[in-house]
Amino acid sequence: MSRKQLTVSDLEARWAETPPARKWARVGLDTGGIAAGARQVHKALLEAREDAGLSVDIEKAGPLGLAYADPVVVVGDESGPAVVFGAMDPESARELVEGYFQDGRLLEDRVIATRERGRDLDGPPQVSILVKDTGDGKPEDRTAFFQDLFREELTVHGLDGVVGVYRALDMGLYGKGVCVQLLPSRVTYANVTGPDVRRIIEKSLGEGQVLEDLLETAVEPQERIVLRNCGHIDPDDLDAYLQAGGYRGLRRALLDLSPEDVIEEMKTSGLRGRGGAGFPVWMKWRNTRRPEADRKFVICNGDEGDPGAFMDRSILEGDPHAVLEGLLIAAYAIGADKGFFYIRAEYPLAVERIRRAIGQARDAGLLGRDILGSGFSFDADVRLGAGAFVCGEETALIASIEGRRGSPEPRPPYPSEKGLWGRPTAINNVETLAAVSAILDRGGAWYAGIGTEQSRGTKVFAVTGKVRNPQLVEVPMGIPIRTVIEDICGGAGRGARIKGVQTGGPSGGVIPLARLDTPVTYESLQELGSIMGSGGMLVMDETDSMVDVAKFYLGFCVEESCGKCAPCRVGGFQMLKLLEKIHAGKGRPEDLATIREICHCMRTASLCGLGQTAPNPVLSTLQYFEREYLDLVDARGPAAARQARRGRESQSNWERM
Amino acid sequence: MSMQTELGSLLGWVEGMRSRVRKLAREWEDQEGNLIMILHAIQNEFGYVPRGVANELAKEMKIPMARIYEVITFYHYFRLTPPGQHSIQVCMGTACYLKGASDLHDELARRLRLLEMGGGRGGEFQLETVRCIGCCGMAPAVVVDGETHGRLGLDDVEKILKPKRGTP
Repeated sequence: MSRKQLTVSDLEARWAETPPARKWARVGLDTGGIAAGARQVHKALLEAREDAGLSVDIEKAGPLGLAYADPVVVVGDESGPAVVFGAMDPESARELVEGYFQDGRLLEDRVIATRERGRDLDGPPQVSILVKDTGDGKPEDRTAFFQDLFREELTVHGLDGVVGVYRALDMGLYGKGVCVQLLPSRVTYANVTGPDVRRIIEKSLGEGQVLEDLLETAVEPQERIVLRNCGHIDPDDLDAYLQAGGYRGLRRALLDLSPEDVIEEMKTSGLRGRGGAGFPVWMKWRNTRRPEADRKFVICNGDEGDPGAFMDRSILEGDPHAVLEGLLIAAYAIGADKGFFYIRAEYPLAVERIRRAIGQARDAGLLGRDILGSGFSFDADVRLGAGAFVCGEETALIASIEGRRGSPEPRPPYPSEKGLWGRPTAINNVETLAAVSAILDRGGAWYAGIGTEQSRGTKVFAVTGKVRNPQLVEVPMGIPIRTVIEDICGGAGRGARIKGVQTGGPSGGVIPLARLDTPVTYESLQELGSIMGSGGMLVMDETDSMVDVAKFYLGFCVEESCGKCAPCRVGGFQMLKLLEKIHAGKGRPEDLATIREICHCMRTASLCGLGQTAPNPVLSTLQYFEREYLDLVDARGPAAARQARRGRESQSNWERM
Repeated sequence: MSMQTELGSLLGWVEGMRSRVRKLAREWEDQEGNLIMILHAIQNEFGYVPRGVANELAKEMKIPMARIYEVITFYHYFRLTPPGQHSIQVCMGTACYLKGASDLHDELARRLRLLEMGGGRGGEFQLETVRCIGCCGMAPAVVVDGETHGRLGLDDVEKILKPKRGTP
C-alpha cells in the first residue's frame, strides 16, 4: 500500500481518469452475501478464470442490496455493468466464466433483469432473450413453456445458436403475465401471449422494430444516492472510491467553502437526520458550531439496533469511504478535531471495513494534520457497541463511548452543547453522512430537487418479512409505500395477501393494507401512528397475528429498557404481562383499557425515546386491528386462543419464498 | 500430573493473563473511552470476561471493580460465564421471528435435550437467541460456530447439528 500523501492535483487527476478497456465480474461480499456462500463463488470465479486463461478482473464489492438473490455477481466492462446474476453457487460461477466470458452465454434461472429498460433497438443486434412468467392470476408457471416457444420459433427463422433464450430469476415486474427482455438493448415486453412470440422474433429481432403494444415503459422508481457505490466498487480500495468521484465533496468543502457555507449548503439541501427522528442536519450542525469550547466531537451512529434493519450495515460494508467523507465534512462544519464511529460489535465486517478505510485515509493524508493543505486537522476512530438498543439514543450513546453504562440523560442540555466528555458533539447516522458527501459534491439545490417539500432527498429501506423479494431499496421521499412493496419488492408473492407493513421497528407502528398508498415522508407516517424510523419495513401477510407482532416488539423494548425511569421499566413489563395474558386466551375486556392507559403513561412520562415510543407498535395495532385483540379476549383458554389465532400465525412459516 | 507441576502451570497461566491485561491497559491508556474496547479485547481472547481478569483490569486501570461489573452486566454482548464448545445462535430479528425463529429455537432446544438424555453430549452446545444479525434476506437464520445458515425449516435442524456431534 502506498503511503503517499495525496495532493489536490493527485485527486483531480484520479477523478478525470477514463477507465481502461477491460472485462470484469464483481461478487457482493457483504455479511448477507457471505452467509449465502459468496466467498466460495468468488473463489470459483478466480479458479475458473485461471483454468480458462481469460483476462477478466474478478473483483469484490459490497452489497447491491438484492438480499433475496444472494450471492450476487455482476458482470460488465469499462462502459458499466451489463448483467446481474443472483442465487449463484460455485458451479454456476464456473459456468459463468466458461459461458459468458467466452461466448456471451447466460445462465438459466440466474439473471436478474434490469429495470433500466430500453426503448429502441437501434444498437447492436440482440443476442439473448430473457423470459419469465410474472403471474397474472393463472396458477401454472408458463416460463418454461414460453422458453420452448421462443426456441422453436428461433429455429424456424434459423436463429438457433445465434440468439439464446433463458429463464430469468427475476424480471423486476410482477403480475404482468409473461415478460420478455431482449439483450443487450434491454427492450422489455410485458403480457406476452403465444402469438406474440413470432412477432417479437420477426419484427424486433429481424427488423429492429419495437412492438409498442407490448413495450414496458414503467421507469425504475429507485434513485441511488446513498447507495451510489454499494455493490459497484471494492469497499477496501480507496482508489476505487476516488475513481468514482470520492472525496470531491470534501475537497469542495475544505477549499472552496467556509464552515458556515457548508452549513448553509446543508440547509439548502433540506437533509434531515436518517436515524429516525428527522431533525434537520444543518440545525444540528449550527447548534454544535455555535458554543465556544476547547474541543468538539462528531460521532457517526452505526449502532443499528432496530431488529430487521440492515441499511447501515450495508452502507458501511459497501461504501465505507462515503461515510468517512461525510464525517470529515461534518467535523469541518462544526469545528471538531476528533470523530468516532460507534458501531455494533455484531457487525464485525462493517467494523473491519471502516477501520481499513480510516487507515487508508490516514496514509493518504485525508485524515490527520492540515488535510489537503486547508489547515483543517481531524482524526477518527472506531468504538464498538456491545448490544444495547438504548444506545441508539444520543445521550446513552455518548455514555457508552465514554465507557459507561448506556443510560440516557435528561435533555437539555443537548449534546450540541454538552456531549462527549462535556464538549459540544454532533451525532449523525450512517445514512445521513453518506448523503452528506454526495450533497457536498453535487450541491444542496440538486438534492433538494428530489423528494417532497418537507422531506427532501431519498431514503433507504430494508424491506423484509413476508415479501417476495426482501431487499434494500433507495427511493425518493414521497413515493407511496405500495410502490416500494409491490413494484420494487414484488408484493407478498403467489397466493398470499399483505395485511400490513410495519415501519420504524420497535418504535414504529403498523400501517394497514388500506393505507398503503400513503407517501413515505416523516409527516405522513407519523400521522398514521408510525414513524419513518431508521428504515426497516416489515411486511406481514394474512397469516400473521398482530397481537403476536405487538408482543414481539414490546418484549424487545422491555428487554432493552435500561431501567432508569419507572414508566418504561415498570410500564413496559406490566403491559407485556397483559399482552401475554391476552395472547394465551386469558385476557379480560378491561385489559385493553389498562393497556391504553399504560401506553399513555409511558409516552408522556418516559425519560428517553425508547420508553416514549415503545407503546407505538401496541397502539397502532390496537387502532387498526382491534378485532384481533377482541377475538382473543373473547376466546376462553389457550386452546380457544390458538383457534382465534389460527390462520394468523406460524403455519405458513416454513414455506420458502 | 503432580501437585507441584499443576500449581506451576496455574501460576504460569495467571502470570500470562496478568501481562496480557497489563499490555491491553497500557495500549489503551491514553485513548479516550477505552473500557468497553478493552472488555471487547478480553472477551475476544478468553471467550468471556473471567472474574479474575476483571479484577486484574480494575487494578491496572485503578478503578473500582464495580465500575467494570456495571458495564459488563449492562451490555448483552459481554459474558460472565465460559461459552459452550459449540455455539448455536438463533437470530430473533423481526424478519426471522415472523418466519418462525421461535419454533426453530424450540426444536433445537428439544433436540439438544434428547441428545443429553440419550447419554449424548447435548451440553456441549450452547443454544441462545441473539439480536438481529442483519441477514434478514435469509430469514430465519441460525449461526453455528460463526457460520450462518439461512432459510431454515424445522427439517433442517438435524442437518445443522449432525456435523457438530461428538467433535471437540
